[in-house]
Amino acid sequence: MAESVKQFPLPSSLKVAPGTEAAQEAYPYYTQFSPEDDERFWFYNSMHFPEPMHAFDMVTAEAAYCALGSFNTRVHCLPTTKGIDHRIINGRVYIGGVAVTDPAEIAERVGHFQQRAFYYYEHWEELYAQWKVKMRALIDEALAFPKPYLPDLEPIETTHTGKGVAANHNLLDIYRKTLEGYFRMWQHHFEFLLLGYGAYLTFFDFCKKAFPEISDQAISRMVAGMEAEIFRPDEEVKRLARRAVELGVDGKFLDGVTAEDVMASLDQMGQPGKDWLAELETSRNPWFNVNVGDGFYHYHRSWNDDLSMPFAALPGYIAKVKAGENIERPMAKLIEERQQLIEDYRDLLDTDEDRATYDQLITLAHRVFPYVEGHKFYCEHWYTNLFFNKIREFGELLRENGFFPETADVFSLTHYELESAIIDLMLAWSSGSAPVGPRYWPAKVAERKAAIKVWADHVVPPALGVVPDVIDDPAIVMLWGITRESLDVWLSDDDGTSKELKGFAASSGVVEGIARVVKSVEEIGRLQQGDILVCQVTNPTWAPIFQKIAAAVSDIGGSMSHMAIVAREYGLPAVVGTGTATQRIKDGSRIRVDGGRGTVTILEDALVLEDA
Amino acid sequence: MSDNDMIGWFSDLRITDRPTVGGKGASLGELTHAGIDVPPGFAVTTHAFERFLEALEARDPIRPKVEALDPTDLDGTTALSKLLRARVEEEPLPADLEAAILEAHGALAKGNPALTVAVRSSATTEDAEDASFAGLQDTFLWVLSAADTIHRVRECWGSLYSVESMSYRRKHKLPEQGVAMAVVVQTMVDARTAGVMFTRSPTTGDKSVMTIEGAWGLGSAVVSGEVTPDRWVIGKITGDITVRDISDKHIRQVAAPGGGIMDEELPADLRTTSCLSDEELQALRTVGRRIEKHYGRAQDIEWAIDKSGKLLLLQSRPETVWSAKAQAPVAPVTADPLKHVMTIFGGRK
Repeated sequence: MAESVKQFPLPSSLKVAPGTEAAQEAYPYYTQFSPEDDERFWFYNSMHFPEPMHAFDMVTAEAAYCALGSFNTRVHCLPTTKGIDHRIINGRVYIGGVAVTDPAEIAERVGHFQQRAFYYYEHWEELYAQWKVKMRALIDEALAFPKPYLPDLEPIETTHTGKGVAANHNLLDIYRKTLEGYFRMWQHHFEFLLLGYGAYLTFFDFCKKAFPEISDQAISRMVAGMEAEIFRPDEEVKRLARRAVELGVDGKFLDGVTAEDVMASLDQMGQPGKDWLAELETSRNPWFNVNVGDGFYHYHRSWNDDLSMPFAALPGYIAKVKAGENIERPMAKLIEERQQLIEDYRDLLDTDEDRATYDQLITLAHRVFPYVEGHKFYCEHWYTNLFFNKIREFGELLRENGFFPETADVFSLTHYELESAIIDLMLAWSSGSAPVGPRYWPAKVAERKAAIKVWADHVVPPALGVVPDVIDDPAIVMLWGITRESLDVWLSDDDGTSKELKGFAASSGVVEGIARVVKSVEEIGRLQQGDILVCQVTNPTWAPIFQKIAAAVSDIGGSMSHMAIVAREYGLPAVVGTGTATQRIKDGSRIRVDGGRGTVTILEDALVLEDA
Repeated sequence: MSDNDMIGWFSDLRITDRPTVGGKGASLGELTHAGIDVPPGFAVTTHAFERFLEALEARDPIRPKVEALDPTDLDGTTALSKLLRARVEEEPLPADLEAAILEAHGALAKGNPALTVAVRSSATTEDAEDASFAGLQDTFLWVLSAADTIHRVRECWGSLYSVESMSYRRKHKLPEQGVAMAVVVQTMVDARTAGVMFTRSPTTGDKSVMTIEGAWGLGSAVVSGEVTPDRWVIGKITGDITVRDISDKHIRQVAAPGGGIMDEELPADLRTTSCLSDEELQALRTVGRRIEKHYGRAQDIEWAIDKSGKLLLLQSRPETVWSAKAQAPVAPVTADPLKHVMTIFGGRK
């Protein structure tokens, strides 16, 4: 039987969803597919961009790829790969690698790489310490940006100090600095990242050769650090739970009571309540600067902006503290277990030579890993929150001036358009007449918001264009886990009706239970003790609800994701990166999660009530 | 070894006793000594066989006839096999030998008239580990009485004179002097579930995983391939269960009313039900690791879980296929650890 050749659609065959053409046009010209793009292979970056992108949020792809590519192509000179090109259609981000294939060019780049990247590996600790200083300075800069504001008249000081610059100029200044800071943050983000992943993958590759059937999670358990900043927010919630018990205010924390109501009742109960609120403030800065997503969408708000996540976790932690349970992570035990694991695998190696190489590689992996794990808190969380919140302040100002009906509508403008709207407002303020924006933007914003809704339900091919024989791009393999095998799975005949979903085996164990499909953080209150969490993005900031659930399933994520690590620490079965769990599993269905094999089985579909 | 040299109780045996009790007997002794749960039993030693053979040789020669065989003469070999097997199975045993086996059987029964045993040949040659020799020996399950036991011991001895076995020895010019067979007599386990376990992957040789195969009833169904067993791959160190293939196990093997075993159809719901729980898989992993540590090399293990849920080890032998392969270094050795990252960044070689 002849094997029929399966292909992904060509970019040129992909149509913009009817009625959304204008919204598609809003994305910059350099992100639109062109006929030449048919020659290349593209895949949908569902890992970072699982939902349609608002026009402004597109900056997260742009700034990231500006930086990723710079470091790969021109700073560290990765021998076989350059940067990432991206295109947007129907709100979805497709990306394509730029491989180096000419052997002479590769050889030349190997020379550069060894001079440059090896320097980083050799001076890792010192350069990473320097990185933290740089990153903190960048955060402090962002914290110091004033709130954009236009007074009716300049304050008298403007004249008496001879300032010579009026308030409208500040808007442009703050905006450009905000945007510049965000692009700079991404440069910092990629200063170490690929080298870090590369060192980890070198160890990973060695283990896979030495132990062909070793699970990914066993390797990640040997490498994963224990003290990364990203664990801290959850630890702070636990600390607050303990303080609530110590201060005798724990009775105010009840399931189903909103954060605002809890805080109001604490405020009224005198000193102990106020003391706890002061503790909360200590935790919030900086540790609640974590968003509930991966930092690529303006609506993934931080704990600081929406306290429902930590407050949903508090009653459970408080109950455990009162029951005398130790809720802190058992650090010494975790470190000892990791060491034991490393030694046990080492003992299985056949020769002293292999043991020597193994020692070299695990040492290198441990050296680089604090960065790989730690950078996210500073970059994707803390800085990103400051950035989006600053843009939100511009949204507030523009809304007040009639540009659009809602503050968040600002994210329907690209960053270029936002600058034009700001200049429109600056001109109006200076001339004393009305801005043009209020007549121009509302219709466009409405059109684009409608397009996002259309695109959310629009079919997204996982890849486009010519399938390469092999995926030999270390950046794509490292960051997206895409291999020729995964493409074959995408090309297979899965019609979406099978009762079994495959993903990465993130944390071992088998559990059956009721699926709770949680599409946003506002819904976490629906989780009952013993439910199985089914969510789109696995994120470490969801850790506090792990005490409640029996297992976790996600659409996106790898076995090295923080959620996988946290799930293992909680001893919860977890399957990540299923692709479609939130679409295929109906809320309330009975499912089985096998975290050792990476499978999720739908045992009993939830009944869909006619007028639910 | 006990006071007579014809019987060796597992509890008295060590792996070094192989020349007299064969590979199986020595291994079961070593496991018993290491504190592993092994169904109790004894080995009828090669001395016992030698004594019997001496008696037979005195009546009419055996070994010279085998040595005189032309390995290409199939008819002659077949005729001699028939003759010799009949003699081994039928001619009287020396009285002290018969008494020793009966006494050991009685001691094993401890007054239980319902004792059933497994009788297995236990070869002494290294070749027995070789696949070419495997299958030339016999195993009899669910043997009901002492008299039957003796008969099965004789059958095991007789298997040395099968056409295949004699041809093999002649082809390899092995001297008959020293050809001997020990036989293991072991309390039968009324298995709920049984199967095999490899303490390294049989497919990739990976030492970090174990493969467990099992089916309902006696392990013979798995070993003989009559049932497609359930199969698991489990991390030796982590305990992660990364493969769970639950198959359709259409039959199980159980005790037959008159001794021996028979196939039994399984009800539909049992067929596709996992024959081991996760706790049992972990218990197998633990015992497999212990045995492997004890011997210092990967093992091929037969196990059973009885009706009360107790895990018992029926046999353990060294894994030979992967262990025999040359070990190439996993990665080229280099003094500079950074050179290794080029396997990721340097492109395909």
